[in-house]
Amino acid sequence: MRPTDVTDPHHYHKVVDCQYACPAHTNVPEYLRLIAQGRYSDSYMLNRESNVFPGILGRTCDRPCEPACRRGRVDGKPVAICRLKRVAADLRDDITDRLPKAPSEKNGKRLALVGAGPASLTVANDLMPLGYDVTIFEKYDKAGGLMRFNIPAFRLPAAVLDDETNYIIDMGVSVRFGTSVTSMKALLAEGYDAVFVGSGAPKGKELDLPGRHNGNAKDVIHIGIEWLGSVHFGHIEKIEPRVLIIGVGNTAMDCCRSAKRLGATDVKVVARRSRPHFKASPWELEDAEEEKVEIVENHAPRTFIHENGKLVGMEFERLEWSEVGGKPTSAVVGTVTIPCDSVILAIGQDNAFPWIERDIGIEFDQWGMPAVDKTTMQSTHPEVFFGGDAAWGPQNIIWAVEHGHQAAVSIHQFCQGLSVADRQPFGMNLVSAKLGMHAWSYNNDYNPSPRSKMQHEELVKRFSGIGVEVELGFTPEQTATEVERCLNCDIETHFASKLCIECDACVDVCPVSCLTIAPPADNEASLRTRLTAPAENLTQDVYVSDALPQTKRVMVKDEDICLHCGLCAERCPTAAWDMRKFELVIPYAFAETRPMVAAV
Amino acid sequence: MTSIAKPPVRHPGLPRNSLGLTTRDYEGAMSTLCAGCGHDSVTAAIVQAFWELAVPPHRAAKMSGIGCSSKTTAYFMKGSHGFNSVHGRMPSVTSGANAANRDLTYIGISGDGDSLSIGLGQMCHAIRRSVRMLYVIENNGVYGLTKGQFSASSDIGSTSKRGEANVQPPIDPCLLALTLGATFVARGFSGDKAQLVPIIKAGLKHNGFALIDVISPCVSFNDHEGSTKSYKYTREHEVEVSAADFVPLRREIVAPNSPEATMTVTMHDGSSVRFRKTHDSYDPTDRDAAYQHVRNCTVRGEVATGLLFLREDENDMHAMSRTVPTPLVDLPFESLCPGASALDALMDEFR
Repeated sequence: MRPTDVTDPHHYHKVVDCQYACPAHTNVPEYLRLIAQGRYSDSYMLNRESNVFPGILGRTCDRPCEPACRRGRVDGKPVAICRLKRVAADLRDDITDRLPKAPSEKNGKRLALVGAGPASLTVANDLMPLGYDVTIFEKYDKAGGLMRFNIPAFRLPAAVLDDETNYIIDMGVSVRFGTSVTSMKALLAEGYDAVFVGSGAPKGKELDLPGRHNGNAKDVIHIGIEWLGSVHFGHIEKIEPRVLIIGVGNTAMDCCRSAKRLGATDVKVVARRSRPHFKASPWELEDAEEEKVEIVENHAPRTFIHENGKLVGMEFERLEWSEVGGKPTSAVVGTVTIPCDSVILAIGQDNAFPWIERDIGIEFDQWGMPAVDKTTMQSTHPEVFFGGDAAWGPQNIIWAVEHGHQAAVSIHQFCQGLSVADRQPFGMNLVSAKLGMHAWSYNNDYNPSPRSKMQHEELVKRFSGIGVEVELGFTPEQTATEVERCLNCDIETHFASKLCIECDACVDVCPVSCLTIAPPADNEASLRTRLTAPAENLTQDVYVSDALPQTKRVMVKDEDICLHCGLCAERCPTAAWDMRKFELVIPYAFAETRPMVAAV
Repeated sequence: MTSIAKPPVRHPGLPRNSLGLTTRDYEGAMSTLCAGCGHDSVTAAIVQAFWELAVPPHRAAKMSGIGCSSKTTAYFMKGSHGFNSVHGRMPSVTSGANAANRDLTYIGISGDGDSLSIGLGQMCHAIRRSVRMLYVIENNGVYGLTKGQFSASSDIGSTSKRGEANVQPPIDPCLLALTLGATFVARGFSGDKAQLVPIIKAGLKHNGFALIDVISPCVSFNDHEGSTKSYKYTREHEVEVSAADFVPLRREIVAPNSPEATMTVTMHDGSSVRFRKTHDSYDPTDRDAAYQHVRNCTVRGEVATGLLFLREDENDMHAMSRTVPTPLVDLPFESLCPGASALDALMDEFR
């Protein structure tokens, strides 16, 4: 087996599970430490560098970081990363003078961005400081896209959206509100140097079942995201008492909870499958159930039932699921009618590009999706880039942000006449965290506290208006405890094999048995079985050192549940182990001159 | 020292012994010895051995004297009995404890100062009495606690950290024990747990006095070039004259029953020690041959390690004293102290 190459940022990056799982690779442990130090503005600014919308994402992010969090593997519950992000956003000072600014002298390049959602705003955020002249075309009269029109205000207050979208627009972005782009050909003809399409996946899926268009269907059967938009704009202010939501994704959760606030008294969410297969995040399901929304599993819709021209219910097939040949298969075990006065369809979203002509060099596939390069975000038309839900269908906000960053890199390359494929790799900084004898630049002690629970507004109060925010945010005490649950995975255990005298001190002291001095192995699979504790989590890497000086054995570390407590380094007599702070250097468009250091 | 105590979290895959305990349950307080001290590795080996034998921690007693080595008992099995005695007096205190309660498992931890200087007489007589205990000498050839003077186990020519060479001959506790009639004599190395753990287990099961001299380097005062008790020197000069596997009673034998296995010694409780052949003509049950072999290694500048000598059929202290099988602490007061008339009757026997 070859020794692990820790000069490549990949190994240490992967150890920082949250950062590795985040599409935008936000430096979570560092911003949590800044919160712990009360440096909320600094934490916010660090956050903003990668995810651009800390206040918004601190309330709405799909949190891929949390299922990945090492703390979850240690005591079952990950650090409440997302809501700590909100703490930094809520408690920050005025940071406007720390925001990037557009230079007074423009670089002469003009960009058109379609849609003012998270993807386009990220492109503008990254390219405005470089002197680009950026124009955003937005159908509605406010910025934010899906974040504004599809996420109800009780989850995301308008003021938070206004602040964070304006940070970008106020750099001097020209936003043409209320302007739909109806022809890509015409847009290209305006002579922009590049066009970015961040128009989202704005078309809610239809459910064409018998009765869909009968009787009063037009007034009482709604498509989820359109209905949420209408609620946002105040076009819809109430709903019938008994409401069925079809589908069980996060849009369904927003619909059922919004319905509760518009006068519905009996709200059921009906799903085809059982709970473990739901698309909605577990916490959104919990929040809905807290508001007395009923979740009905294993029911497939069949017909809308009308009486006297009025919707009175829906018929469903009851399903039983089993595995046939490794594939989930359903069998109908009966039918059931659920009475209702209104139905909201929340079964997914589609892209819609009727405004892009098919003869201008932008290739589409058979499903009407554009051909977009996964890395560069470039379409088959070199001047046209896609990102966010417009690129590959619905994902989440943080993916849209990452697409925006990557598209910005491409556009900047393209506008300089450089190859968009020629991209900077990740870099890293690796600096010792040692301050003195047993003193580190981070708090290495393990805090055994359980995960903090978010406080919610009382049920009665929260239904008094659609804009009453449900989550109250963490208290200062909760914040202080929760940040200390972080295991500081970015403070890496760095090993210098030539200094090791094989005294076993590190192996003996490690509380989670992740170190072994082992004879060299032919392959990783056999090595994993021969360690102090077997390394059975194959998603986590095993570090293997060079041959040790005295016996030519190797130091092996299973990265799986290392607590980063630093005891190996404290008990090492020769400083072969050191705790080093890892910083991933992400190549943003706006940071092209930043030094990339691969110091080891 | 460390800045924090060991976090109370363990690896979820950590195996449990027949008592349902993990190795973490056999740990003690955080070590305050120097980082990299061999003694901490010996501690880890002891933790491993007690865990593998599934000794209930409250049925063991940890005995020690004075010195870096004698601090070790604080660092394992926090649920056990313990006695930290006067310098060099651990063997006598253990003799007393064993006399009163023969049912506990006794482990005494000492060092080359505690055992080979101030406590030499104490150790010799504990060997003669065959007190049923495991006696571990954490031998680093230096007085580390007083900043690096030569000890009674420093080899001739071995240099101090400042370069001065030792001129007095060393006491080899293994050779000494062989001459005194010890029935279990072994030498290990703190840097080789694969060898040390089975020896500790066998020693804990031995029916008598079991001595393990563990070369345990002092990283602060005796791990330099010129030292004969450093990690590097020990690794380069170690000769494993016998390799022993401990085979517990009533358990399927999983240790390889290889053709190398030359000899099996059955312990008094039915468990056994199986010796694998590592050295031609080495017989770990022949006291004179063992003495000669260890002596020859020393002359060649080698460190003979392994379970050097084992005899299981001799009497321990209680057999020699013909005490009752019930531990004295468990005897009813009337039997233990039968009164003035019984004493008078006894005295009459001597008139």
